[in-house]
Order: sequence, then C-alpha cells, then structure tokens
Amino acid sequence: MDLNRVNEMRRLFFILAFALTTACATPTPRVDLSNTPPTSNPRGALTVYAAASLTGAFTELGAAFERAHPGTRVEFNFAGSQELVTQLAQGAHADVFASADLKNMDALQKQALVADTPQVFARNKLVVITPQDNPAGIHALQDLAKPGIKLVVANQSVPVGNYTLQVLAKLAADANYGAGFQDAVLQNVVSQENNVKQVASKISLGEGDAGVVYSTDAQTAADRVRILDVPDAFNVLALYPLATVKGAGNPSLAHEWIAFVLSPPSQAVLNKYGFLPPG
Amino acid sequence: MNANESLPRSDVRFNAGRTLFLVFAGLLVIFLTLPLIALALRALPLGLDAWMSQTTLAALQLSLATATISTLVALAIGTPVAYLLARKEFVGKKLVDTLIDLPMVLPPAVAGIALLMAYGRRGLLGPTLSGLGIELPFTTAAVIFAETFVAAPFYVRSAKAGFGAVDRKLEQMSALLGVSDLKTFFRITVPLAAPSLVSGLLMTWARALGEFGATIMFAGNFPGRTQTMPLAIYSGLESNLDSALALALILVVVSFGILFAVRAVSPKGLTLA
Repeated sequence: MDLNRVNEMRRLFFILAFALTTACATPTPRVDLSNTPPTSNPRGALTVYAAASLTGAFTELGAAFERAHPGTRVEFNFAGSQELVTQLAQGAHADVFASADLKNMDALQKQALVADTPQVFARNKLVVITPQDNPAGIHALQDLAKPGIKLVVANQSVPVGNYTLQVLAKLAADANYGAGFQDAVLQNVVSQENNVKQVASKISLGEGDAGVVYSTDAQTAADRVRILDVPDAFNVLALYPLATVKGAGNPSLAHEWIAFVLSPPSQAVLNKYGFLPPG
Repeated sequence: MNANESLPRSDVRFNAGRTLFLVFAGLLVIFLTLPLIALALRALPLGLDAWMSQTTLAALQLSLATATISTLVALAIGTPVAYLLARKEFVGKKLVDTLIDLPMVLPPAVAGIALLMAYGRRGLLGPTLSGLGIELPFTTAAVIFAETFVAAPFYVRSAKAGFGAVDRKLEQMSALLGVSDLKTFFRITVPLAAPSLVSGLLMTWARALGEFGATIMFAGNFPGRTQTMPLAIYSGLESNLDSALALALILVVVSFGILFAVRAVSPKGLTLA
C-alpha cells in the first residue's frame, strides 16, 4: 500500500479517536445539572436559592429587579428548602437563600453559611385542596379522616410536610376532632412528596383526593382545585426568612435584593401570589 | 516501494499519537469512575444504622420485588413479540419495532406523565379500571407498571437479536423429525438463544431497579409501598443522607455486577441494546 496513504489513514484514525474521546469525555450529564449554579459569578449576576413555594412570586420579582438594575441578571434555583440547604452545605454557591421556614434557615446558620441576620419577608398558611370535582366528597376537615380517601402530603423533612403534622396535632387536640383524628388522617396518606408543587400537581391531576399545601400554591392552581380553609386557630403561619449566604459572589447585590424584596411594591407582588405580609 | 525506510519516523509519530490517545482514554475512565469512588469513600465507613435502617431495608425489599416481577412480566409478554419481530414479516413491523424501542429513549418524566394519562384516575382507562375497582396510582402495582414500561424494551431487543441468530436449519431438522413446533421452540430455539435471553433479562432487571422518574410521577412516594431505592435516595438526600448513601452504593455495586454478568453470558458478536 502507498505509504502516504497509510500515514494519511493513521492521521485520520487519530483525529477520529480524538473526536470520539473528547465527545465521550464531554459530560453528557446523567443528573439534572439545572440546580448547579454557575461556577463563576460575574459582576451583575445574582444567584437566589428560594423555596419552591416562592416560584411564581420570585420569578416576577426577579424580572422587576432586572428592569430596575439594568445589566444585572437574577438566577433562581427553586426547590424544597431542605434540599437547598443540602445543596448549599455540599458547597453550592449562592448569594441569597430564601427559606419557607425558620428551621431550614437555622440549619444553614448552624453550618455557618449565613452572612447576615435573616429577615422575615412573608408569611404563608396551609390549606387543604381537593380536585375540582372533589371525588371523595371532602367538605370539611373532619372528612380527611374518612377511611380510604387518598391523601397526598409532603414529606416531613419538607417545611410544608412538617407544618401539616403540626396542624394535624392541633386539630387532634380539639374536642371536635378527637385524639384519634391525627392517626386516622395519617392512615390515608398515599404519598409523601418531596416538595409542595408535587403535592399540588397530584391533586390538580385528580390522582389524589386531597392534599395539604400552602395557600399560595392553592392560589396558583385555583382553576383546577377547590380550596378548603384551615381555621387560624389550627393553622401554622409559615415564616419566610431570607439572608445573604456566606461566601456570596456578589454580597452588595444580595443586600440590594433583600431590600428590594422587603420594599412595598415587592410586598404587593407577594400579596398577589397569596402571601401574607411579614406581620 | 520500501516501507522500511520510513518506519522510524512514522513510529515516532505513532508513539506521540498513542500517548495522546491513552491520555484521553484515561481521562474518560477517571471521569466515569471518580464519582463512584467518591460515593464509596463516603458510604463505606457508615455504621450499621445506615445499612440496616428501616428506610434502607424497606426500599431494598420493595425494589428487589418490583424489579423481579417487572422482569418476569417482560419475559412473559416480551418473548412472543421478540420472536415475531425476529422471524416473521408483517405489515407495520418497522412501526412495532420502533414503538417498542421508544421507552428506552424517552425521558422517564415523559413515561410517567404518559402512564398517568393512560392509567391514572382521569386517564384514558381510568374510569374503566375504576369500574373494576382498580385504582393504580399510589400502589405497588403502579411501580411495576412504570418499571415494566421503561425496562421491557431492553429484554425484547436482546431476545430479538438472540432469536434472529439461531440457525434455522436446526429448527427445520427438528421439524423434519416430527417434533412439534412448541417442543422445537423450547428444546432448540430457546437454548440456542439463551445467552441473549438471559443478558436481556439481566439488563431489564437492572433498568427496572434504577427506575425513578416514571415511578415518582405515576406511583408517588410512600415508604414500603412505592418508595423504591432511587426514590428513597432522592428523599433521603434531605432527611437521611446516610441511608441515601448506603442505598446509592448498593445500587452501584448491583448494577456493576449485572453489567459484568451480561458481558459474561453475552454471545460473541451480539451487541446489547
């Protein structure tokens, strides 16, 4: 065979091998990397880790903030607060953390990852939702204890799941419900979801008979679900704190964001999404 | 033409190329194994609590049971399809073939939502199933549905290749000797295709064991009922990291063992799905 040709083929082979190995080595992510923040934090970019229940309100606030601060970019990572704490504890970079409860903010503080004093910027409360056609006929909180209904709640590690248990305990302490109420309701739990949005979607889809979510999530799904209020006496007011994360790439912008969220126009936006003022 | 003259020069170039080649090959191996090693380093020193916790054991038990049942279902309903696809010509064969492969490339979330649309309470068959007193979502049966949906194609593909590679002359000879078709199938075809059938079953089992997205969407997440190992890992990431690490390492070791076994039983020249 012509030697030039042999060399040419050899060259071609290496080019191919190179292309192949680099193609393979280029991470084809197996895991969802959307939660991973950018490694570099260019000036003007703000990374906010926020509880899943803030998705709608913060997305709108983010757009307003970008308009008010030309050249800045706000990036969100929405997930269960406890999931965000895990991510931050494992070294994820963020500028601001907004939690759906004080417990997870405390957990982050214990890891020495909070740079300033957390400030409560909103409150939320729990409601019971059923599919629009209410297949199990749930008209009062007592009905949650009816044997055989399919109740979807959040896992107790999720703030809303923890609040759900607190509400049940308060109800069980009341004579109208009785001590057995809590156990009877827990018997009906068919799924412990990992965040509040999943609870809402299981009910919106009509797969579950009832679910316990924040009033804000119920508001978002209002056209597909019925809302059953939990009286204030039994309800848990969820406090939403936010703070700058230690090691924030952009602490000054983080402070601006926090002030922005606490400002009256932003509070009006939060109110629109069903949040109560910080009180 | 004398090729020897130019050999040394080409050797030098070859060595440089080979070094580069090996470096890249090494990078890939490191890239793929490092996370697994890191996982093992964190999980191995964990105490008995993590390995034997209620969550770990319940998830392990549920996963083994559902993956095994899903694999048996795939065997039962996948074998005839694989045989037909390997042997017969029929209208729409390409279409059926493609449809069966489809779940392998679909994102599990798509599988999950599609299963809900079909078998959910509001799904296509939901009212019919309800009429029969069957409600699938949030049950262990839903887990098996999800796992079978995403994993069965691995068996069908492998079995199809296996049946296709069996020497037809041996079957014809068996028929000439007056042996019934069914007997021929079980005495001649199946044993000859056995390596492909077994490796297909192993792949199906491994895929079923790792199923996550379709399960969490269609079956929900309840310990002991629908919380399989991948779901327990996901939930545990927040509440019980040790148990999640232990389960993750178990899954890695089991999956590695299965892939290794598949290579051992795979017939030469036959590639897997």
